[in-house]
Amino acid sequence: MRHIISILLENEPGALSRVVGLFSQRNFNIETLNVAPTEDPSLSRLTVTTVGDDRVIEQITKHLNKLIDVVKLVDLTEGNHIERELMLVKVKALGAARDEVKRTADIFRAQVVDVTPSVYTVQITGDGGKLDAFIQAMAPIGILEVARTGVSGIARGDKLLSL
Amino acid sequence: MELLSGADMIARFLKDEGVERIYGYPGGAALHIYDALFRQDSVQHILVRHEQAATHAADGYARASGKPGVVLVTSGPGATNAVTGIATAYMDSIPMVVLCGQVASHLIGEDAFQETDIVGVTRPVVKHSFSIRHPSEIPEVLKKAFYLAATGRPGPVVVDIPKDMTAPTERYEYVYPKKVKIRSYNPVTRGHTGQIKKAVDLMLKARRPVFYTGGGVVTGGASEALTDLVQRLGFPITTTLMGIGAYPQNDAQSLGWLGMHGSYEANMAMHHADLIVAIGARFDDRVTNNTSKFCPTAKIVHVDIDPSSISKTVRADVPIVGAAGSVINEMISLVQGREPAGAESLADWWKSIAGWRAEREGKLYEPSKPGEALKPQEVVEAVHRVTRGEAFVTTDVGQHQMFAAQYYKFAKPNRFITSGGLGTMGFGFPAAMGVKLGYPQDDVVCFTGEGSFQMMMQELSTCKQFEVGVKIVNLNNQSLGMVRQWQDLNYKSRHAHSYMESLPDFAKLIEAYGFTAITVRTHEELAPALERAFADTNELVFLDIYVDPFEHVYPMQVPLGSMRDMLLSKTERT
Repeated sequence: MRHIISILLENEPGALSRVVGLFSQRNFNIETLNVAPTEDPSLSRLTVTTVGDDRVIEQITKHLNKLIDVVKLVDLTEGNHIERELMLVKVKALGAARDEVKRTADIFRAQVVDVTPSVYTVQITGDGGKLDAFIQAMAPIGILEVARTGVSGIARGDKLLSL
Repeated sequence: MELLSGADMIARFLKDEGVERIYGYPGGAALHIYDALFRQDSVQHILVRHEQAATHAADGYARASGKPGVVLVTSGPGATNAVTGIATAYMDSIPMVVLCGQVASHLIGEDAFQETDIVGVTRPVVKHSFSIRHPSEIPEVLKKAFYLAATGRPGPVVVDIPKDMTAPTERYEYVYPKKVKIRSYNPVTRGHTGQIKKAVDLMLKARRPVFYTGGGVVTGGASEALTDLVQRLGFPITTTLMGIGAYPQNDAQSLGWLGMHGSYEANMAMHHADLIVAIGARFDDRVTNNTSKFCPTAKIVHVDIDPSSISKTVRADVPIVGAAGSVINEMISLVQGREPAGAESLADWWKSIAGWRAEREGKLYEPSKPGEALKPQEVVEAVHRVTRGEAFVTTDVGQHQMFAAQYYKFAKPNRFITSGGLGTMGFGFPAAMGVKLGYPQDDVVCFTGEGSFQMMMQELSTCKQFEVGVKIVNLNNQSLGMVRQWQDLNYKSRHAHSYMESLPDFAKLIEAYGFTAITVRTHEELAPALERAFADTNELVFLDIYVDPFEHVYPMQVPLGSMRDMLLSKTERT
């Protein structure tokens, strides 16, 4: 089963490599990884999506908690949560395809954020499934480049991941 | 206010932390620190002849004393040479602090002379690591390093120190930090009382219980409490290789140690048990054999200070996260005044165990007769006799390691010092050095083999310089015995590179360093040689003892089998 684990990490050099190193060292798997500082400059928030049975996920969270740089973590998939990913796509936009790209982007509530005579750059947010669907829809027209952020997430309601 | 350079802060901190001795080797990036050590006399520096030996010596001392071992090496090759020793300590959860010189900050990343990203190289084999970014951080970072190394589940901590951080011209305020806090690190001590109650209820109801305890009891200083609990309940106890001595092995309730070459009765008892009380042990593959066939009828209580050890390989029915000592003491208070419900079934259980003991009696090896080649097992037994079972024993890795563990019966913890997890050849001799320097009054014996000893024999020079009087017992079978045993069993005796065609004359080698060597080739020579060797506790003596090269270590668990599937000799299996 797929899990989304969000981690508050000391904003220290080398901290990220300890997390990533742990996954390869213990043969755990990383589907997506997303990391950025938080409102507290001493902390980064790292979100990783991984796949494994209950035993593997239990080991992943236990080993992550053992890392000295990991301050706190939560498995978001254990409760209701919101997950989002942002994607930028460059699509060939020539002749009739120009309108088609715009129409498809509108259907997906995506925005065209940059334009050249031959290329549209489209920005889209949503969960992974929506982004995959958008790529499928655009593929026949001609995708030139894709940049995805990986999943970021947060629990619904009053539940917090904070110190 | 006291202003000190980074280098002087390091020397001063070690003194304030109570470190008596460090093991190391100088080099460019560490020279400011070496100069600071030269100008003080509180901390003794032991100059080894290879950085790996520094880590093993510090490790040996840590295993014997329970205090962190401290290592100082230079950047690049100095630090990479230390990696095997760091990994050895990591696998066995041994407290160690390794100070590594590093090229100056402005050179990092430029492939400077003797530059290695040692924090990166050691990442998978350390509990944590630090890089010093400003000299003023040194006292706090070092305190954190010692705190992390020694608390919770102990382990090695690396501190990377760029050369400019120790420059003699840069001085900052030094205050010894008595305490540090790390917000993300709060190791547990007490276990969950509800879980401990559940465990004790199971223990009092059990019909065929076994204690299975590991290195966590030794490092946790919980041997006395464990002995008390086990004797109150009257249960049998087996320990892991790392847990040897936590319960006196000469006591009737001790089944010896378990696993691949563990005792027959320990493995049989585990397989047939209805309750296993695991404390500070980690169900590793050399213990469990095939986990899907592991102890089919047993419920499992698992006490460990590290939550990630619990249910890692074998699912625990009652997991308890806590320090061994605290949990055992709580168990004792819950057991007090209560009787095990199944006194009769416990008596039957002991009858089964007595049966297993009788079954293996005399099968595992046959002592030599006058005129025959010595058996390695009887050599270990003879060393046990001459040292009255009270020596510190270190080993290298292979057959001799297993024989030492099987035939030297330990009454105390912290006395059997072996690389259990990583299985590092070359560990034994420098580890013995570290122990002997810490315990000069005691006999320190290193059981080794020709293969292992030759990996670290340069340390004879260190022993000469610092007058380290260890006893080295080389069980010389002229081959890499354990490799050869596996080749006999699994490769139709095709001995690919498991024999040594050009062994040195060890006696001459030892004498070249000015030490005494005794060569033993026959049964009759053994007893007088041992008497001579152990006459003076502080004399280094090398015993080159020729033993039967065809001997195998038994029992030996059958690969992919259960705990009870064992070979008992070359011709007999369960």
